[in-house]
Amino acid sequence: MNDHDTPYAVDADTHDQWAFGTSFDDPLAGVDTTLAGGIDGADLATYCLMLADDALVSAQRLAQWCTNAPELEEEMALANVGLDLLGQARLLLARAAAAYPAIVPALPDGSPVPADDALAFFRDEPLFRCVRLVELPNGDFAHSIARLLVFATFRLATLQRLRGTRDPVLAAVATKGVKEVTYHRDYAARWFLTLAGGTDESRRRLNQAIADLWPYVDELFTPHPVEQRLVAAGAAVNSSTLRGEFDDVLEQIFRAAELAFPSARPAALVGCRSGRDGTHTEALSYLLAEMQSVARAHPTGAW
Amino acid sequence: MSDKDFTAEGGHGAVPTASVDTTPSETAVAADWPLYEVFVRGRRGLNHVHVGSLHAAEEKMALRHARDLYTRRNEGVSIWVVRSDAILASSPAEKDPFFAPSGDKVYRHPTFYTIPDNVPHM
Repeated sequence: MNDHDTPYAVDADTHDQWAFGTSFDDPLAGVDTTLAGGIDGADLATYCLMLADDALVSAQRLAQWCTNAPELEEEMALANVGLDLLGQARLLLARAAAAYPAIVPALPDGSPVPADDALAFFRDEPLFRCVRLVELPNGDFAHSIARLLVFATFRLATLQRLRGTRDPVLAAVATKGVKEVTYHRDYAARWFLTLAGGTDESRRRLNQAIADLWPYVDELFTPHPVEQRLVAAGAAVNSSTLRGEFDDVLEQIFRAAELAFPSARPAALVGCRSGRDGTHTEALSYLLAEMQSVARAHPTGAW
Repeated sequence: MSDKDFTAEGGHGAVPTASVDTTPSETAVAADWPLYEVFVRGRRGLNHVHVGSLHAAEEKMALRHARDLYTRRNEGVSIWVVRSDAILASSPAEKDPFFAPSGDKVYRHPTFYTIPDNVPHM
């Protein structure tokens, strides 16, 4: 068989032993990783944690659909979305550690755990900076799809603008992420329309999901003081400026789905602290317990 | 057996269905979505190649499922999908009259010519 007869052929030109996964692109190839002047390392690290934790916790939630999705094909689709986000999270966690090394949890001497893993698996819940939207339990398929639509629309708007940040690593991660999240939003929007126009039951479940999720939408667009300082330094995106685009996109989808655009009172904060400050719903502690327990049991383990 | 007794199923070629019990199981849920065959053109490939099959509710979903199932390791730059029941497969019973006659026609091969080195993919 000639090598052009199969897309899975071993690459004879490079004598690569792998049939799959040749010629990958390194999203950080050629990127200057030094910290630009005027950007506070600790602030940048915290901002990277916000972006990373949104992606990391979303990835964990999406991975929980494995063996539980309604169809094998959907299981793969959801896992792929999760793995895209996990890839973004790893780069962002590594950037956080490089910008401000003191942020990385201390591990026993000789531990081979890299900084991004240390931040993912050895950081306690109050130090996570994700919005509460992403940590809520998966619920049913309609709930997960509605959440993914909201999150992907918000994240795409964020990453599109973040491509112009003064931090070259963040800009490179954003450039890579825009292509990925564009697909996530497309995937979620298609299922959103399908469920809205499906059966009475699918529409009822979708409406329930929207009612459950919308109180957590405002938090996405509430800028944190760290974010505001970095906006002034030209390194971050002011999330409050994204609301217009977010509403425009979702209004189009809700109109096509013949659903009323929701208006819900925001979910209450505890002592004015949101997920961005490390104050979370109880769902996050269970998620982290499952995600972190093996790594924490073996802090010097190599994987 | 007639042509209708064979269908292209699951990427395994022609499968005889004549004497097979095709009464749907009462618990068969996955059967609700039709089967699609997937063809991917690789980075360096010239033509689309059959890589497998999948279930989807309709063809646009099938295209996206194909992207998620068959190109997640950087394999492809183009995808075709087609409903499996739109493919007519040759039947194993016709193997000899179909394919055996070409086995001894050496003069149909351009082996009597010298092919220049810079002509690829012959």
